[in-house]
Amino acid sequence: MRANFIFSEVWIGLRRNLTMTIAVIVTVAVGMALLGIGLMINSQVSSMTSYWSDKVELSVYLCKENSPFEPCTDKKGISEEQKTALEAVIKGMPQVEEVIFEDSATAYKNFLDNQSNNVFASFLKVEDMPESFRVKLGDPDQSAAVTEELTGQAGVSNIVNQRQLLDSYFGFMDKLQWMALSVAFAMVFAATLLIGNTVRLSAFNRRRETGIMRLVGASNVYIQLPFVLEGVIAGLIGGVLAAVMLITSKLLIFDSIQNFIPEALGWNTVAGIISGTMAIGVIICILASFITLRRYLRV
Amino acid sequence: MIHFDNVTKVYVNQNRPALDHVSVDVDKGEFVFLVGPSGSGKSTFLRLVLKEERPNSGAIHVAGKDLSKLSNFKVPHLRRRIGCVFQDFRLLPNKNVYENVAFALEVIGKPRRFIRKVVPEVIELVGLEGKAHRMPDELSGGEQQRVAMARAFVNRPMILLADEPTGNIDPATSIGIMKVLDRINRTGTTVLMATHDAAIVDSMRKRVVELEDGKIVRDQSRGVYGQAY
Repeated sequence: MRANFIFSEVWIGLRRNLTMTIAVIVTVAVGMALLGIGLMINSQVSSMTSYWSDKVELSVYLCKENSPFEPCTDKKGISEEQKTALEAVIKGMPQVEEVIFEDSATAYKNFLDNQSNNVFASFLKVEDMPESFRVKLGDPDQSAAVTEELTGQAGVSNIVNQRQLLDSYFGFMDKLQWMALSVAFAMVFAATLLIGNTVRLSAFNRRRETGIMRLVGASNVYIQLPFVLEGVIAGLIGGVLAAVMLITSKLLIFDSIQNFIPEALGWNTVAGIISGTMAIGVIICILASFITLRRYLRV
Repeated sequence: MIHFDNVTKVYVNQNRPALDHVSVDVDKGEFVFLVGPSGSGKSTFLRLVLKEERPNSGAIHVAGKDLSKLSNFKVPHLRRRIGCVFQDFRLLPNKNVYENVAFALEVIGKPRRFIRKVVPEVIELVGLEGKAHRMPDELSGGEQQRVAMARAFVNRPMILLADEPTGNIDPATSIGIMKVLDRINRTGTTVLMATHDAAIVDSMRKRVVELEDGKIVRDQSRGVYGQAY
């Protein structure tokens, strides 16, 4: 096996089909970058999901005097006995891990901490804030059962599952991820066809050489390797460009939203995704070349 | 060296066989002309020797190997022992004489030192000394065919197949080509040459196998092209 002979053949082939080679490189780069971004969103979402599911709690709001909520029919608010009884009921439930009572003063303070609308805040008085039990569940998926059981208990005005608030956000991320992945799939498909076409053109351009190679008894590997390597090199260059795009998107997009979200996307994950997409790119190039050669370069 | 036993070849979508129950024996070191009109099966015969085609029935042995038992990945090794020359030369236009000949050795992975040694020798053998760095389009037809012969012979094949090597060359130049083929034959290489050229066949006085409609109609040693001529 003479390496420099093979590589000079590869170089000739790449140069002769420069436009097709560039098309392959660009398609592979964009396809792999989108695939990588899809995977990055996926890992971001799953790390955030596991972070949030530790924190998610149910807020069980209690009736106050003149509470407008339907369950608080008697307009008198919850009594101390009812409060104690309710706490006992919640604590007795097997799904519940921890219960914290939040009185009006704490609720008011928390509200002011999170509220920037001063005009609105100035109207609000401590007595306006409802008391609540903050219920932490061992398994966040049990929230529906707990909610159902606590609804209708005496003195409970309404129950808010924080998870529902997060679900719409996660749903958005999920859609984004699937969009990136489906575009990536289309690009990978296009790349496969393009590589096949490039290899076919290349084989046609060099039919004189390959004809002579066949005649003088060059082995199949010797005849086909330059074509396969052409595809692989184009794929690798595309993969490197995709890696650059992924690193850029990590720096520009994922790092900029890091301030709002607790779990940042680590460089380890990004490196893993980059090597994964590169491997996929190269494997696709090899497969497309081989399948094309099987049809157009029979030995 | 080449042994055809009752070989029949029918191409797909054709009713008439290209070769019809052909049996032929060519010994080591022989020089054989394969003559006959166009479409008589000469080229099919050569393609079968190279295992570019498979016979529908019958057995072919080349260089001691039964071609029907030769697996596909061993076909290249068979072809390394067979040199080929064609009417249209089939040189690479972007390589000079030396590179064209060296290409045949490069693609079968021969070391560069070996190539540097044998290529000039064979260029001299075909009578092209001093023209190693010419490009094919700077050479006459006869000279281009000599390059093709050098390429076919550079790996010292046991068999040389020539498919109408003088078809594109004027009669005076053809004599030079035949001298080179004769020289190659004298090194012990079996030469099998398909041709239309009656004058050459008559002048060489070698074995003649005549094909007509895929059948052997004549096989004579020291023959001429045909009684009719």
